[in-house]
Amino acid sequence: MASNKKYWKSEAELNPNDSIVEALRNNEFTEEIPVDEFLGDKENLSASNTSRRDFLKYVGFSTAAATVAACEGPVHKSIPYVVQPDNIVPGVANYYATTIADGFDFASILVKTREGRPIKIENNADAKVNGGANARVQASVLTLYDSKRVQGPMANGEPVEWKVLDATMKAKLNALKGSNKQVVLLTQTYASPSTTKLIAEFKAAYGDNVSHVVYDAISEDAALNAYNKAYGERALADYDFEKAELIVSFGADFLGDWQGGGYDTGYAKGRVPKNGKMSRHVQLESNMSLTGANADKRYPMTPTQQKIALAKLYGKLNGSSVGGGTSDVDEAVDKVAAEIKKAGSKAVVVSGLNDENAQTVVLAINKLLASEAFDSEKPKYVRQGDAAKVSKLIADMNAGRVGALIMDGVNPAYTLPNADEFLSGLGQVDVSVDFAYTHDETAQASSYVAAASHYLESWGDAEFKKGEYSLMQPAIRELFDTKQFQTALLTWMGVEKTYYEYIKETWSTDILQGGSWNKALQDGVFAAPTMVMDAVEVETVQTDAEEEQSGIVPIASAIRSLVNATSPGTELVFYSKVGMGDGRQANNPWLQEFPDPISRVSWDNYVTVSKADAESWGLENTIEADGGVNGSYVNLTVDGTVLESVPVIVQPGQAVGTVGLSFGYGKKAGMQEEMATGVNAYTLYSNFSDVQSVTVEKAGGEHEFACIQSHKTLMGRGDIIKETTLEIFNTKSHAEWNPMPHVTLNHQEIPVTSPDADLWEEFDRSVGHHFNLSIDLNACTGCGACVIACHAENNVPVVGKREMRRSRDMHWLRIDRYYSSEETFELDNEKKEGMEGLFGDKGALGGFGEMEDPSANPQVAFQPVMCQHCNHAPCETVCPVAATSHGRQGQNHMAYNRCVGTRYCANNCPYKVRRFNWFLYNNNDEFDFNMNNDLGKMVINPDVNVRSRGVMEKCSMCIQMTQKTILDAKRDGRVIKDGEFQTACSAACSSGAMVFGDINDHDSKVAELKEDDRMYHLLEHVGTKPNVFYHVKVRNTNEA
Amino acid sequence: MKKVLYRHLFSKVLGLTLLLFSSSFYAQEETEAAADVATEETADATGGDPVKGKQLFNQNCAACHSLDRKMTGPALANVETRLADDEGLDKEWIYAWIKNSPGVIASGDAYAGKIYAEYNQAAMTPFPTLSNEDIDDILAYTAAPPSTPAQTAVATPAGGEGSGGSTSGISNEMILGALALVFGLLVIMLILVNKTLRRIAEANGVVLEKEKEKRLPIWKAFVQNQFLVLVTVVFLLLGSAYFAYGYLMQVGVDQGYAPVQPIHFSHKIHAGDNNVDCKYCHSSARVSKTSGIPSLNVCMNCHKSIYEYTGNPEGPSAEDLAAGHTNEFYTGEIKKLYKAVGWDEENQGYTGETQPVEWVRIHQLPDFAYFNHSQHVSVAGVECQTCHGPIEEMEIVEQFAPLTMGWCINCHRETNVKVQGNAYYEAIHEELSKKYGVEELTAAMMGGLECGKCHY
Repeated sequence: MASNKKYWKSEAELNPNDSIVEALRNNEFTEEIPVDEFLGDKENLSASNTSRRDFLKYVGFSTAAATVAACEGPVHKSIPYVVQPDNIVPGVANYYATTIADGFDFASILVKTREGRPIKIENNADAKVNGGANARVQASVLTLYDSKRVQGPMANGEPVEWKVLDATMKAKLNALKGSNKQVVLLTQTYASPSTTKLIAEFKAAYGDNVSHVVYDAISEDAALNAYNKAYGERALADYDFEKAELIVSFGADFLGDWQGGGYDTGYAKGRVPKNGKMSRHVQLESNMSLTGANADKRYPMTPTQQKIALAKLYGKLNGSSVGGGTSDVDEAVDKVAAEIKKAGSKAVVVSGLNDENAQTVVLAINKLLASEAFDSEKPKYVRQGDAAKVSKLIADMNAGRVGALIMDGVNPAYTLPNADEFLSGLGQVDVSVDFAYTHDETAQASSYVAAASHYLESWGDAEFKKGEYSLMQPAIRELFDTKQFQTALLTWMGVEKTYYEYIKETWSTDILQGGSWNKALQDGVFAAPTMVMDAVEVETVQTDAEEEQSGIVPIASAIRSLVNATSPGTELVFYSKVGMGDGRQANNPWLQEFPDPISRVSWDNYVTVSKADAESWGLENTIEADGGVNGSYVNLTVDGTVLESVPVIVQPGQAVGTVGLSFGYGKKAGMQEEMATGVNAYTLYSNFSDVQSVTVEKAGGEHEFACIQSHKTLMGRGDIIKETTLEIFNTKSHAEWNPMPHVTLNHQEIPVTSPDADLWEEFDRSVGHHFNLSIDLNACTGCGACVIACHAENNVPVVGKREMRRSRDMHWLRIDRYYSSEETFELDNEKKEGMEGLFGDKGALGGFGEMEDPSANPQVAFQPVMCQHCNHAPCETVCPVAATSHGRQGQNHMAYNRCVGTRYCANNCPYKVRRFNWFLYNNNDEFDFNMNNDLGKMVINPDVNVRSRGVMEKCSMCIQMTQKTILDAKRDGRVIKDGEFQTACSAACSSGAMVFGDINDHDSKVAELKEDDRMYHLLEHVGTKPNVFYHVKVRNTNEA
Repeated sequence: MKKVLYRHLFSKVLGLTLLLFSSSFYAQEETEAAADVATEETADATGGDPVKGKQLFNQNCAACHSLDRKMTGPALANVETRLADDEGLDKEWIYAWIKNSPGVIASGDAYAGKIYAEYNQAAMTPFPTLSNEDIDDILAYTAAPPSTPAQTAVATPAGGEGSGGSTSGISNEMILGALALVFGLLVIMLILVNKTLRRIAEANGVVLEKEKEKRLPIWKAFVQNQFLVLVTVVFLLLGSAYFAYGYLMQVGVDQGYAPVQPIHFSHKIHAGDNNVDCKYCHSSARVSKTSGIPSLNVCMNCHKSIYEYTGNPEGPSAEDLAAGHTNEFYTGEIKKLYKAVGWDEENQGYTGETQPVEWVRIHQLPDFAYFNHSQHVSVAGVECQTCHGPIEEMEIVEQFAPLTMGWCINCHRETNVKVQGNAYYEAIHEELSKKYGVEELTAAMMGGLECGKCHY
């Protein structure tokens, strides 16, 4: 049908005399293509060496050469060892127990090595304290292969030999001996008995003017001082959240890095309903933290309000009346106090307020309650930084009173708010040595850079908690010409001993008490015999008694000062991200690409702002057409220091009147350009206080985030994350809170799992193994250790910020985070159910729009999602080349070499877990991460393919691990025990949320979990019959 | 095939030479027999039997001692007389030393101490089980080693074998020759008969009609017959497609690939002639996915004492000679090993200067295929030869199997899983047997054809 309609492309076409229109009619482009610029220039053309004939020759030759070269296969060389070490068998992994104690992360771990190369970090099940490796510890194996490492000692920017450096330092130290100038060791927290002893000996060797200053980039000073006052030791009280029935946290992110972290295991154990009971968790906080996201009840409060609430709570519990303070927290305090009173000694109160008074009160409350979860007798030593000493050191340096400064594991030029002062002071120091891992800010300013070894190349020991020791042993020889700090100290002291011998001596005299060194080394951990503990107990009881006599007055004054806290306007609250910590591993691409569990933003830090504040300041997040999230910029001003162009994320749950900013980003020195992301929050961290009064001012421009989950809410789809309350869970049948979806067949309702409702015939899976993965949403804290573990095990490539923004992330395992739109998810469901028609108050059109908006204080739920390994997989039926198929062990296989990249499977996957290799991510300068350099490639798991461009990939349920377990059993001729089958994620899950196993082994844990009432499948109604199942999240909403 | 023919030619020549020179062999044998008599006489003098002594020496002493060469221990030729002359030590001292050398050292004996210090303070293993007579035998052997009677003994059968080989070669050649001769005769006879017939015909006045009827040349006829052209073209296309497919399918299949290695390591000598178990050197095949190229220290377990190649007693075969594989050649290869591993033969110690050997890899599975040796070797009990071919006969190792997926799959389809005596398989075997109604299960029935079992 012909039409007379004329379509016009621009307004100009309406004007028939327009010259552009005329030009466009004849030419494709309005501007001439500058062919003449080159071809018109005869001189240029004739000067060119390549004639047309030459060009044809080159083409002909290269085509012929390429053809001929393709005819012959490459010659591969195989070079065996000359002398093969006894314990290395090529192709077989060895595991060594060791310890990470890098000053921020402390954990007893196992290292998996292949052909002598560490390739993976695992949890050490023997460890009672900090046996779980978090995301950063999991990723630390890649930091070993950091291409930006300092590869040898340097003097004033020039490479130097260790001999020279050692001789210089010895001479310098001897010269300073007895002088009035100080020799200062400025170090990280070691929590190491041997290092403590060594430093004491070093002091003895080089005189009284030697001092040791411990510096934590993120200070826990208040808690250390408070404990010191109460118990006479700079340490941190320990908490066992498994024993608590009620956990009240005043801003303590104890599932994150609060007081050194490592509390998630105990917490998660108490969160799984057992015999109708689970712990209740109340969180009062300003930023939305991982801990707050897991809480049953969360009160958004500014730090000032938290202080007042804490003081009032103490009053309520103590029976004394605490006057003063604002009354807006009274309601919350009343409720919490009532709950605590009911729980009695089963309650525990913790606080993350960096305020000595607050910490003192928390210790007092726990003592008052006689909390079972509170352990003051065997404290933790994982944070020892002393802010006052650091401040004094900087003053001394600037006054020229420091002769030598020896630094290890610290980067004050980056982490100090007054870095300028430090740097000017460093100029006054006669000789400064920095044991640096990269050419960071401090290393660049020091006179000597001592190349430091990675912890996987070092010997060491640690005492995380009193009486709980662990050992660090090297898993690989130093990759470069590096030395660890302790070895250098021994050399400088003139001791002809290795640090290994030194530790062994220390242990045999002070720690082992007859225990076996070899066994301790093999286990990686050693618990001091209980006899010693008794002695300690007696001691602490005495201090307790003393404290009680004299301790009443300080509490009263602490309460007074807390309750009189006044808000300094908008409060900036610093925090550390799960993926970045204090930023010492910022050059690690795995961690940069790790999406923050709460904001789901990778490759950035940002200021988190509440919705109300964002509206009043005119800040917003928008979603662009390509799915990327954009955000406004603000300038943050603290005490005259301005941090410019900080991107904004509007964060549900952020307390109004507060903004949050994470540490660890904005590092520039010693970093690969791609990894130098974000802004440096330390510049505003004055006086080591994590709460600052801030002025927020909107700045121009828009920031492009690499956020991989732009959709925030669950939209009332309760079948994705099933939730219920403890009350309903205990009283009603599971058909009510965990209903099975039904479909209609011949006008009869039948459950969707019924064989009649199925398109396919069921396959017999009763023989052999049938793997299932159980994920308990109650135990999952969203910590993301599994994400990094999966990354390491399966050679998942890093794609960079630009690709992440386009949702082309390659993570095989993601942790979805959902907010509720109403106060709770339950109300969301009700709202959705109650919708009527399209328009009006209850209309679906407006209603769904509203439901996209998360609440100001939402409930949060986490859900790890990987390939569900459906028994009736939609992806398998649409693959035109049968590249994805099903194994009888339940795994959905993916043959990469068969895949042609149609991506039908990804389109047909209801769970969106398939990942497509849009580019070649290895050996490609466009993706200059660990797979693009020889050093970084050493971390690659030799048992798993490195995928090429154009193929689909996805979670394989770690088939390389299950196959290995089966093979080991076959070789030994034995039956496989429950617990032997593992996947990378289930092995990394220290909270026990993920359990993997064989459901055909009817006595296995996973078989038992599959029969549990809480079990459900994701999108059960689709009928895919997945081999991954979830457990309904139960919230303890029982208020006292 | 060509090679084989040449080999036959060679053996033929060899056979002839052997026949020619067999008389000189007999002469040599006679002199050796005389020598044997002589050694027997000396043996009688020392009271030992050198033949028995040789056996004992090889069993107990040869790992560390040689007759004329310093090894882990000193050279032992004429040790008895040497000790008696130089050190004044009698037989009793030797008895004591051999039976309990640490004891002698501990007793503070001067010479014992000297020897102990000279050989890196490594005491000799005591041999309390050797009787004085045994030691006498060994001493007799060291005094005058019997010249290897084997040389002559084996020479005859070897010669016989050689001639046997050549007879078979000759017979084949002769049959072929005879056939050619018969064929030639037949052709000649045919021509002769033809000529005779023509002559008879001419004589009888029969005119041979030369049919000169103009027929279309055959190619023109062919071109005109379009159907035939079509059929031919179709066949040609199909044929070339078949060969093109065949050619393309073998791209990347390196069957028969036998590269030259930096050290000429003969599997034939090790696994064949000397019956060294494959897994003695390729030990990781038992526990690992890779069979492991032996590290050089494994070679040195034996080659510390095997410093030269003495080869077949009758000397290198003609085939070896043709390839240049003389005894000296092999000994040279052992020296290459010493150089690589840094072994100083003079001082019997490692210098520490090593040069790792860059072997050329022969069997190369692509990275996307997972193969585990231990699964096949330890669990399934598959012989190495099943996939690697008659490795014990290979002078230069070549890839025997195509290593294609079809080859893997076929084997998985046909091979029964070895379930006996393996507790892992018990339950699964019972249930699967019931399911499939068979007693023996193939790897395929166990799931051995699933993609993900090898591709991840």
